[in-house]
Amino acid sequence: MDLSAALRRDARPSRPRAKRWLRQTGFWLSVLVIVSPAVLVFLWMLSLSLKNEIDNLAYPPVFIPNPPTFDNFLQVFEQNSIGRYLWNSIVVSGGATLAALLIGVPAGFGIARVGAKRLIVLILIARMTPALSYLIPLFAVFQFLRLNNTLTAMVITHLVITVPIIVYVMAGYFETLPKELEEAALIDGASVWSTFRYVALPLARPGTVVGTILAFIFSWNNFVFGAVLAGRETRTLPVAVYNVLTFEQLAWGPLAAAAIIVTLPVLLLTIIIQKEIVVGLTHGGVKGG
Amino acid sequence: MSTSVMLPARGARFLARRRRNYYLFIAPALLVVGAVIIFPWLYTLWMSAFDWTIGSAAHYVGFGNYRKLFTNQRFGEAVLHTFYFTALAVAAPLVLGTAAAMIFHREFPFRGVLRGVFIMPMMATPVAVALVWTMMFHPQQGVLNYLLSLVGLPPSLWVYSPTLVIPSLVLVEVWHWTPLVMLIVLGGLAALPTEPYESARLDGASEWQLFRYITLPLVAPFIVVAAVIRTIDALKTFDTIYVITGGGPGTASETINLYLYLQAFAFYNIGTASAVVVVFFVIVLALALLLLHVREKTKWT
Repeated sequence: MDLSAALRRDARPSRPRAKRWLRQTGFWLSVLVIVSPAVLVFLWMLSLSLKNEIDNLAYPPVFIPNPPTFDNFLQVFEQNSIGRYLWNSIVVSGGATLAALLIGVPAGFGIARVGAKRLIVLILIARMTPALSYLIPLFAVFQFLRLNNTLTAMVITHLVITVPIIVYVMAGYFETLPKELEEAALIDGASVWSTFRYVALPLARPGTVVGTILAFIFSWNNFVFGAVLAGRETRTLPVAVYNVLTFEQLAWGPLAAAAIIVTLPVLLLTIIIQKEIVVGLTHGGVKGG
Repeated sequence: MSTSVMLPARGARFLARRRRNYYLFIAPALLVVGAVIIFPWLYTLWMSAFDWTIGSAAHYVGFGNYRKLFTNQRFGEAVLHTFYFTALAVAAPLVLGTAAAMIFHREFPFRGVLRGVFIMPMMATPVAVALVWTMMFHPQQGVLNYLLSLVGLPPSLWVYSPTLVIPSLVLVEVWHWTPLVMLIVLGGLAALPTEPYESARLDGASEWQLFRYITLPLVAPFIVVAAVIRTIDALKTFDTIYVITGGGPGTASETINLYLYLQAFAFYNIGTASAVVVVFFVIVLALALLLLHVREKTKWT
């Protein structure tokens, strides 16, 4: 890994200029090498979605759509109930995130204040369990409650994803808040609930934002739960893209267009709040051990 | 403590009551976690002792499901595929992610934007990305074979070849999850002290020596954390494999998770599937503990 060694800032400024230039170029080259796979795959996705089928199957491949066409997107919207699946995804991920906020933010606060480390371990073990394994029991229970094929069942199942994320991020965030303000409020006779509501909660806003967005994204991206539990009417977007499109139309253009429709909201969220996501995930990852 | 201004007995009671109040905050979440997480664990453990296919009656078989699994060749192969996939899908992102973290640790123009672009793959919807990779892997029209031909290499069968399917799937996994390793290691680099570097430079250490003997040992605990998270996620990989190959060609890329999916939701063998979950969980836990043990050893004092 002499790459990274080469990247370190030069401590001796008396180096000849040519050598410095070489280092700079080498550094930018390495930046290019690590960033380009991410960019290229997304660009290729975009390129496929904007070309007609002839260009998509041409060899050698056509890279720049000429002229670009929106037919693939139109086709996806016209021939499938994408609107409905989009709505399903919003209801399921939105509902599961909201519910997780309602119960997870107070829980994170409580855990941070009493130092209940064991609960955090429980959440880590939950993260280790394969998502599929929750499905067999939940499937059976929903069958019993006659909830199969309902969005309610989907929202409940997605709590498996959203609750641990919110509790984990919030517990970590509340722990970093200074306790003095809360102590002062308690001494002045405020109840624990009002210190939470009026002192801790407003301060924890950045943490809440990160937790909410991460929970929403991971719920939005989930495929297995919908693939198993959802019926034709209750499919979420990722399931619909896989089921409907791969089986009913094998054309690449519409497939790529559908893939963009699913993942674009998430990518936009990522770019808008990338700084917060970086902080949140670094924090979460580091504490993950 | 600010409570020390109160009388001791009242203070203690006050604290105890407050503690109880804090637990009230946790109660709703515990209830939900109990219902959607702990209940399924116990139910699965219980069902693994039954021979039960949906639509027929359940028979108690004790450890029968486990005994059948351990002699089942297809399951054995699935375990091997899983280990092979995991080993590659942990090692490659660790090396690349650490290298990327060294790059993003430096100050340079557009660092924030480029870092944002770099982490996009890990936030992208796996199914959507898997569909695009499926098209890129296509042996005739796929763009990857065209790229190979540009550098003068013969075309590859990628996921259509029984021997190449797992490394090809790992490629997708590496693309997806290297950013997470980068973020964790970057967090470690940010916490490094500067003194060792200054004194080592005075002693004339080269850049490589600085990395090898100072940076690497200091961020090792973070790399191990990344390894643990990556191991857990790689073992659990489902979406990518399911969408791109469905476990094929034949059963060449059938991992434990895909085997589990087939047993549970194609054959409805709930008993067998439950036993697979339990075995799977034991494997995940054992590997995670092993890596955490390594972490204790790499910790610096």
